[in-house]
Formats: sequence, C-alpha cells, structure tokens
Amino acid sequence: MISIKNLHANVEEKEILKGLDLDIKPGEVHAIMGPNGAGKSTLGNVLAGREGYEVTQGSATLNGKDILALEPEERAREGLFLAFQYPVEIPGVSNLEFLKASVDAVREHQGKEALDSVQFLKLAREKCKAVNLDASFLKRGVNEGFSGGEKKRNELMQMMLLEPQLCILDETDSGLDIDALQVVAEGVNAMRSAERSFIVVTHYQRLLDYIVPDYVHVLANGKIVKSGGKELALELEEKGYGWLENSDNGAE
Amino acid sequence: MSSNAEIERRIGKEYQAGFFTNIESDTIAPGLNEDVVRFISAKKGEPEWLTEWRLKAFRAWQEMTEPDWAHVSYPQPDFQALSYYSAPKSMENKPKSLDEVDPELLATYEKLGIPLHEQMALAGVAVDAVFDSVSVATTFREKLAEAGVIFMPISEAVHEHPELVKKYLGTVVPQRDNFYAALNSAVFSDGSFVYIPKGVRCPMELSTYFRINEAKTGQFERTLIVADEGSHVSYLEGCTAPMRDENQLHAAVVELVALDNAEIKYSTVQNWYPGDEEGKGGIYNFVTKRAVAHTNAKVSWTQVETGSAVTWKYPSCILKGDNAIGEFYSVALTNNYQQADTGTKMIHLGKNTRSTIISKGISAGKSQNAYRGLVRMNPNAEGARNYTQCDSLLIGDQCGAHTFPYIESKHPSAVIEHEATTSTVSDDQLFLCRQRGIDTEKAVSMIVNGFCKEVFKELPMEFAVEAGKLLEVSLEGSVG
Ligand SMILES: Nc1ncnc2c1ncn2[C@@H]1O[C@H](COP(=O)(O)OP(=O)(O)O)[C@@H](O)[C@H]1O
Ligand SMILES: [Mg+2]
Repeated sequence: MISIKNLHANVEEKEILKGLDLDIKPGEVHAIMGPNGAGKSTLGNVLAGREGYEVTQGSATLNGKDILALEPEERAREGLFLAFQYPVEIPGVSNLEFLKASVDAVREHQGKEALDSVQFLKLAREKCKAVNLDASFLKRGVNEGFSGGEKKRNELMQMMLLEPQLCILDETDSGLDIDALQVVAEGVNAMRSAERSFIVVTHYQRLLDYIVPDYVHVLANGKIVKSGGKELALELEEKGYGWLENSDNGAE
Repeated sequence: MSSNAEIERRIGKEYQAGFFTNIESDTIAPGLNEDVVRFISAKKGEPEWLTEWRLKAFRAWQEMTEPDWAHVSYPQPDFQALSYYSAPKSMENKPKSLDEVDPELLATYEKLGIPLHEQMALAGVAVDAVFDSVSVATTFREKLAEAGVIFMPISEAVHEHPELVKKYLGTVVPQRDNFYAALNSAVFSDGSFVYIPKGVRCPMELSTYFRINEAKTGQFERTLIVADEGSHVSYLEGCTAPMRDENQLHAAVVELVALDNAEIKYSTVQNWYPGDEEGKGGIYNFVTKRAVAHTNAKVSWTQVETGSAVTWKYPSCILKGDNAIGEFYSVALTNNYQQADTGTKMIHLGKNTRSTIISKGISAGKSQNAYRGLVRMNPNAEGARNYTQCDSLLIGDQCGAHTFPYIESKHPSAVIEHEATTSTVSDDQLFLCRQRGIDTEKAVSMIVNGFCKEVFKELPMEFAVEAGKLLEVSLEGSVG
C-alpha cells in the first residue's frame, strides 16, 4: 500500500523527519505513538503534500506511485486521506457543498459518474448518522462553530464518504470524551477492510483498546525508534517514551 | 501542475469580453467645448431646452475640480484628449427594426451572450443594447407597451415622452452634483429610459447592456427610471469593453424615482475591462447613482463589481417619504492592480425610514478595495433605522481592504447598527480543500462565493449564477 523509505523533511529549514522508514500493506492498521514534537503531524502533512514541508531525501510510494511528486489534491484523489489534528473552519461554505465538491472531484478522477444532489444528500445523511452528527451539520459552514468533538466526527464523516485507500488519523481521539471516542472507533472499525490501510497517530493507548492495531511504532526525533505489536502500546503507557528517546540519542 | 497546463489555464480564462468589433464608426475629433456639447445635442435632434440644460452643466463643470478624497490614485485623465461621441455609421439612419441593424453589431452582442432577436433572447428579459454613444436595439418594446411600460433609449424618450423626461431629468442628480455628474450632464450620449405607470407590475426584467467599443472615447450614459405610484420594476445593467493598453473613461449617471408605494430593484453586473496583470489599461469607472424613495417606497441596489481599473461609485438612496426603505447589497472584487472605492449613502429624511447595507469586499493581487458609506439621520427621521454589515476578504498579503463608515445622526430615536469583519482565505483552508481532492481554483471560488452568498441571493435568478462565474474568472491567477 504505502512504502516510505529514508524520508527526510524540513520545516522552515529545520530537519524534522530524519530518515523515516515505514511499510504498510493493504488491510493493515499501524499505530504511531510518540512524544509531543516528535514529528507525527509532520509525517501526515508531508505525505499529504502540505506547503512548507520540504522533502530533502527519501521516497514515498502509494500503490507503487511516487506520491511526493503529486499535488495535494492529486494525492487525495489517489486515495490518501488525512484527518486533521486541528480541522480548520471555512465560514460561508456549507458542509454539504464542500463534501459534494470533494466527492465529485474524487469520483471524476476514478472515472465514476457524478452523484446527483438527491443521491448525495441521502448518502451524506447516512454518514452523519453513522458518526452521530445531526444532519443539520450539513447545512452549516465547514467546521464553523463546531465543538472540538464535532470537528473530529466531521472529519470521520468525510473519510467515510470518500472511502480512501490510506487513512491517516492525526490524534483524532484527542479532546473526545469516551462516548465520542467509541463512535470514532466504531466508524474506523466499520471501514477496515482487506483493501484499506490506516495510520493511526495517537498519544494515548486508550484509543487502541477500541481500534486494535496490527503494529505499533514509536516515532521520536524524526524517525521510528521502535516497532512492535499491539502490546507495545501498553508498555509505552507504563514506561513513557523517555527510555526510547534516550537510546536513540545514544545511538547517534 | 506543469507550467504548460498553467499557461493554458490562464489563456483559456482571460477577460472574455475583450474583443473589438471592427466596424466603421462616426467619431468626433477629441476635445471638449460648447460646440462639442451643441454637436452632440444636434446629432440627437434634441429640443432647445435640453441643449440649454447641457450647456448649463458644461459651464458648471468648467468651474469644478475632480474629487480627490477617494482611496484611489491614477493619472488625471486629459479631458481634451477624449472623443465625446462615437456611433456606428450604420446607425446614422435609425434602423426601424432588428432586420435593418448591422449584422456585425448583432453578432457582437451575441458573442457577449446577449442575443437581441426576441425568439432567441432570455425569456422574460427585455434588453436595451447600447454600443458606444447609441442604443442599437431595444427588445420586447411592444410587449411592454401593452402593459403601459415605457422602455426605450433616453435619446428617443426625449422625443416621444418629452414631458416625462423634462419633469424628472436631473431631479435626483442635479447637473452640478459633482464633477463627473456635471460632465455627464453636458455630454451624455445614450442610456435607458423607463417609466412604469401607476399600479403596474412590470411583466419582465428590464436590462441595459453597455458596450464600449471605440478607442479613445469616453462613455457617458444616462439612465432614468421612474416608477409611478404603487408600481414595481426590476432592472439590470451589464457592462463590458475591449482589452486595451490605454485607460478609458466611463462616467455614467443613473437616477431612480420611486413614487409612493413603488418599488425599484436595480442590479448591476459591472465587468468593464479591468486592465492587465501589470495594471496596464482598463476603464476608469466614475459613476453617480442615486434614488429618491417617496412614502412607503422601496429601492434596492444590488451590485457585483468585478471590472474596471478604477471604480468610484456610491449608489445612494434618499429616503424622502415616511416608511421608505433603502437597500444596498454589494460585492466588489479587485485583483491585480485594480482599485475600487465604492459604497453607498443612505439619507434618512422621512419618519420610520429603514435602510440595510451589506457590503462584501474581496481583494486579491496588489489591489486596493475600499468601502465608503454614509448613513445620515436627518432631524425629522424619527424612528429611522439602519443596519450596516461590511465584510472584507483578503486573498494573499499584498492587497488592501479599507472601510470608511460615516455616521451622522440628528435624531435621538434613530438606531444605527454597524458590523464589520475582515477575514482571509488562509493556506490552512486551501490545504483542507486540496486534501479533500478539490483544486485551488475551485476552493477559492467556493470560499469567495460563500462569502458573497447574502448579496447573490438578491440578484435576479438568471444572473446569480453568472455573477458567481464572473468572480471565478476575475480571480484568475490570484492564488498559487
Ligand atoms: N508549520 C510549522 N512551522 C514551524 N515548525 C513546525 C511546523 N510544523 C511542525 N513544526 C515543528 O516540527 C516539530 C514536529 O512537530 P509535529 O510534527 O507537530 O509533532 P507531533 O505531531 O509529533 O507532536 C516540532 O518541533 C514543531 O515545532
Ligand atoms: Mg501532532
């Protein structure tokens, strides 16, 4: 699915990713944990092609395609989805209009017929229900005045509509109460399939009780310093990240 | 995006009305003096009183100086270097019907999306097509006449309805109102005249399409709309001009009279050539538009301003009668080196008069966009109310948005509310859109359209979509 090799990236001339390797096969769920400022969000932004994140070395291929050469919207149409840690508001543009434009663009790229407004509204309502958002949110401005939890569920709803190949969830669990967390986890679990992969970035092992990962990686100082199975998350919860960061520094 | 695709994209969407129609024109030599004023008046076979009226304006104009208070800067036009009258030769002997009109002229309007043959025209919209200094054709005149509605070039109305023209011309915008209004009064060429009789609801949308074609000419159109008691009319004007390196002057005057219980809805889609990416060329658009609303009357101005190099325009309402209502809905978009200083004046004279101002300014490129608005509550304006909302949207960091609200309240019971916001199209918003597969252009257009929604919904339906598309084209190259 996605293969990341020796990825180095700068933000404002400062190297944040320092040789990151990650290989994810179709159907797998990989959790990425790590201390604040380790570069977790940077990884998502680099893969999604955000401006200001400069790749200096290494490669990333999605289904064999060099995605780093593509524009952000092309990556999205190729099936890469990033659920933002801090979703931004777009006042005046209705959620429904935004979603329709998004789904239209992706479907067009895939050579599928555009959905008409009626079909689309029906679909969007279904997805709202699935993430426990009232359908009235479709009429509101994109994320405009949404609470933290509502923004996160809105992101998840978009993911469900777009049915991406690779889903990157950047701390989708932060700021959610336990009920909302379960809604998000159920949504993600329902989308798990043999063709779809996930990168779940989280700070807390709590989420991983609900979304059970195939692999857990620790990202510290811009690279993966430790990988393991789901039990690694528990170990991290117990011991923190200090022991890993130190060992990494020692190795350099 | 590869640079090839980028270039193609730009060429494909440049100013689409920028072509020139190559026809023989009758254009007088540049320069302005009393003889030129008399020449124009004679060309149109005007009665003595109107010639005198023009001359009075011309003499006043000579004493006046150009206003310098607007937030715009441009080299002063050389008024002696302009030609003040230009008309297609084929219009010399007035064509009696559309079949006699030069096909080249008809083709011009067709190319602009305004077919003048009634069977092909937009259903429910009557058009007066003004080409440089003359009206080429006015559609659906018979159908409108059945309802008693008069819709014709003002140059014809002078002959056919002299009593109406004489009664109202210059009553809303006097000859010496300001520098450009005085100039217009002296040399005005053509424009539309509308009269809606008592109690009549105009059965169609009326519209005038102004086209500047000839180089080194000025366009000075004059529009007069009179809605008699209890009548109702919706009117729309559109404007375009060829792409040229030199600036051209357009100084129009529009007067609206809404008598007791009448309603006038006046919409403008202004798309004069804005100049190129380096700020070369484009129209100087210096316009005076004003309405008088009598008892219980309502006047609503809606404008979408995307064109012109420099815009100086303040469609205003004098709310003379009790309970009169004035509205101003505006979208003003500037890109590249365009400059706009636009807004409104709401003058509350009558009791319980109400006004609403919704202004949306969008600045991109290196442009400057100013809102200037006056709300005045006179001593008799008991219970008068105004609500003003003034929003600015910035695209990029090299443009400017400015707001100059003036409030004068001389009645203690008057209520004036003013809200203003400034926002930007942020990189974060664009990235969210792109991450969802939406390209930058579409994203910007969605955000800008969302920003303008409250104004677009005031436009006649046929034109709301058009306006949205126009914004998209005008923003070409503003991001990325
Ligand atoms: N847009 C940015 N501008 C400046 N510094 C940034 C930006 N994005 C990330 N950084 C820096 O990169 C480092 C990694 O940040 P981030 O990827 O957000 O970490 P994490 O998500 O793991 O907490 C931090 O030192 C952060 O300050
Ligand atoms: Mg982060």
